[in-house]
Amino acid sequence: MSPSTPQPPEVLLLRPLLPSFDAALSGKFRFVKTWESPLPLHDYLAQRAASIRVLLCSSLQPVPPDVIDRLPALKLIVGSSVGLDHIDLAACRRLGIAVTNAGSVFTDDTADYAVGLLIDVLRHISASDRYVRQGFWPLMGDYPFSSKLSGKRVGIVGLGSIGSAIAKRLEAFGCPILYHSRTMKQSVSYKYFANVCDLASESDILIISCALTDETFHIIDKKVMLALGKHGVIINVGRGPLIDEKELVKCLMQGEIGGAGLDVFENEPVVPEELFKMDNVVLSGHSAVLTPESFHDLLELITANLEAFFSNKPLASPVAL
Amino acid sequence: MEFLGVLLIVPINPYLEEELDRRFKLFRLWESPPGRRREFLQANAPSIQAVVGSTAAGADAEIIDLLPRLEIVANFGVGIDKVDLPRCRERGIRVVYTPDVVTDDTADLAIGLAIAAMRRICDADRYVRAGSWKGEGDYKLTSKFSGKTVGILGLGRIGLAVAKRAEGFGCPICYCSRSEKPNTNYKYYPSALELAANCQVLVVSCPLTEETQHIINQEVIEALGPKGVLVNIGRGPLVDEPQLVSALLNGRLGAAGLDVFEREPHVPKELFKLENVVLVPHIGTDTLETTKAMSDLILGNLEAHKLNKPLLTPLF
Repeated sequence: MSPSTPQPPEVLLLRPLLPSFDAALSGKFRFVKTWESPLPLHDYLAQRAASIRVLLCSSLQPVPPDVIDRLPALKLIVGSSVGLDHIDLAACRRLGIAVTNAGSVFTDDTADYAVGLLIDVLRHISASDRYVRQGFWPLMGDYPFSSKLSGKRVGIVGLGSIGSAIAKRLEAFGCPILYHSRTMKQSVSYKYFANVCDLASESDILIISCALTDETFHIIDKKVMLALGKHGVIINVGRGPLIDEKELVKCLMQGEIGGAGLDVFENEPVVPEELFKMDNVVLSGHSAVLTPESFHDLLELITANLEAFFSNKPLASPVAL
Repeated sequence: MEFLGVLLIVPINPYLEEELDRRFKLFRLWESPPGRRREFLQANAPSIQAVVGSTAAGADAEIIDLLPRLEIVANFGVGIDKVDLPRCRERGIRVVYTPDVVTDDTADLAIGLAIAAMRRICDADRYVRAGSWKGEGDYKLTSKFSGKTVGILGLGRIGLAVAKRAEGFGCPICYCSRSEKPNTNYKYYPSALELAANCQVLVVSCPLTEETQHIINQEVIEALGPKGVLVNIGRGPLVDEPQLVSALLNGRLGAAGLDVFEREPHVPKELFKLENVVLVPHIGTDTLETTKAMSDLILGNLEAHKLNKPLLTPLF
C-alpha cells in the first residue's frame, strides 16, 4: 500500500464479532480489538482514545459508561440489536454521540417467533411432541385438550415495528388486536389502552414487544398477570426484565395464568428451573432472530451505517435519543 | 320416533358421550370385548338407528352390514375416509359430518407446525430445558418463515384458511387441487409434483380417497428438497411414510411438521431423534372450543334426524 493511500477508518470493538461479520468488514474497516492487547482496558483506551470515532457493539453485553467517557472523539455507536437497553443512551445524548440499531432487519423473524411460541403454548405443540417421542400415544391415548387461537383477543404491549408485524399476522387468524404503547397511534384502528392492567383484563393473550427502559422495567407485574387471568397466556419477545420473573413463575405454579412462551429472561442464560417441568410453557434461549436471512440483513445494515458515517452521509438506522 | 338408538364406536370425548347418553339411547361399542363385536352389534341391531364415529374408527362395511335399521351415520370430523360412503349411498343412509367448525383450528395448527419445524421451536425448548443454553451457548441459526412460498395441496375450506394466515407472513401462495379455483389469485399447479418443485413449505390438506393415497410420494418429496418443509394436517396415508422417514433421515427433505400418520397412534421411531421434525398426536381439532362445537353439531344433527327436520350438515 503506497503512503498516500488512505488507511481504512478505525472501528473499536470491545468483543469479537461473528467470524463471518469480521471477514466481511475487515476489508473496509480497521478493527481496534481491545481484547488483543495485554494492557488493561482503560490504559489501552487511553492510548488509542484520540482517534476512535466509532464503536461497533456486537453483543447485548452492557457498554460500560466509563468506556464512553474515555473516548472523547467518539461520535457513533453502531448497535447489532433492536433493543438498546445495554447502552447508556442518556450519556450518548449528552455527549452528542449518534446511535444506530438493527432497524427492521429482525422484525419479521421476531414476529414469526412470537406467533410460533403462541400457537405452541395454546395448542401444546412442544408438549405433545415430547409426549409422542416418549412413546405415550399408543400407551396413554390422546393428548388432553388445548386452547383455540383463532378469534382470541390479543393485547400487544409496545406497538412498534415488531408489535405491528405481530398484529398483522394475528389479524389473519381473526384475532381482535388491542394494544398499549407510550402514546396512541393515530394511524391504527386497534383499541388503545393507556394502562397495561386494563389491557390485560380485556385480553386473552398478552404479547410483550416493547423496549426496556426505566419506565417499562417490570411493566408486567403481579397485578397485570392477575388481570390477565387463569386462562391468559403471556408471550415475551422483548427483554426479560419487562416481566417480574419471580412473580411470573409463582403465577404459573399457582395457576393464576394459563401459560407462557418466553424467548427472553431477566438473567440470561439463566432460566428458572421451575419452568422446566411445565407443559404450558415454551422456552427458547433468546433465539427469535437467529436466522441466516436476518444476519445477512444485519451485516448489510451495519456496513451501510459505517460507510454512511465515514462518508458524512445520513445514517441508515439512527435511533432518536 | 320414540327414541333414537345411537351406537358410539369409540369414546371421542366425555361431553359428547354424556349428551348422547342423556338425549338418546346410547350403545358403546368398546364395551364389548373385541372378539365379541359381531355378537354385540347383532344383539343390539334392532335398536340402533344411528352410528357416531370419528377419525379413529368409523362406520365401516362390517358395522353398516350388521345394522339393518341404520338410518344415519354421524362423523366427528370433516375427513370422512373412515366411513364406507358407497355402502351408505346404496342403503339410503344419511351421512353428517363437521365441516366449518374445524377449519380455524386445523389451519392454526398448520401454521404452528410450519413455524415450529422451520424455526426448530421444539428443539430449542429441549435445548433450554436440558441446560444447554447455560452450558454450551446460543442455539443455532434456523430457517426464516416469513416470505417463503407456501404450496397448498387441497384448496378447500382448510386450505384457504391456511393460505389466508400464511399471507399475513408475506408468503406467496400456490396450490394444487382437483380443479382450478376461479376466485383466487393464487398460482395453480396441476400436479403435486409441480407444486412441490415450486414451493418451500408444502401443506397437505386434501381429503384421503383412493386417488390421493400416497399422493406425496418419493418424487414429490425430493422435488420439495433439502430446504423444503412438509406439513401434513390431512391424513397419514396421503404421504408415503417410509419414503418420508428416509428423506428426513438423510437430508433429502429439509424438515416436516406432522399431525397425522399412516398407522396412528404409531409413529416411526426413527423420527424420534430428529430435530428437523415436529410430531404431534392428531391434535388438529383438539381444542376445548372446537371439540364442543363439533359435539354440538353431531348432537344437533341427530336431534334434527329424530324430529324429521332438515339435517344441519349433511354430506348426503
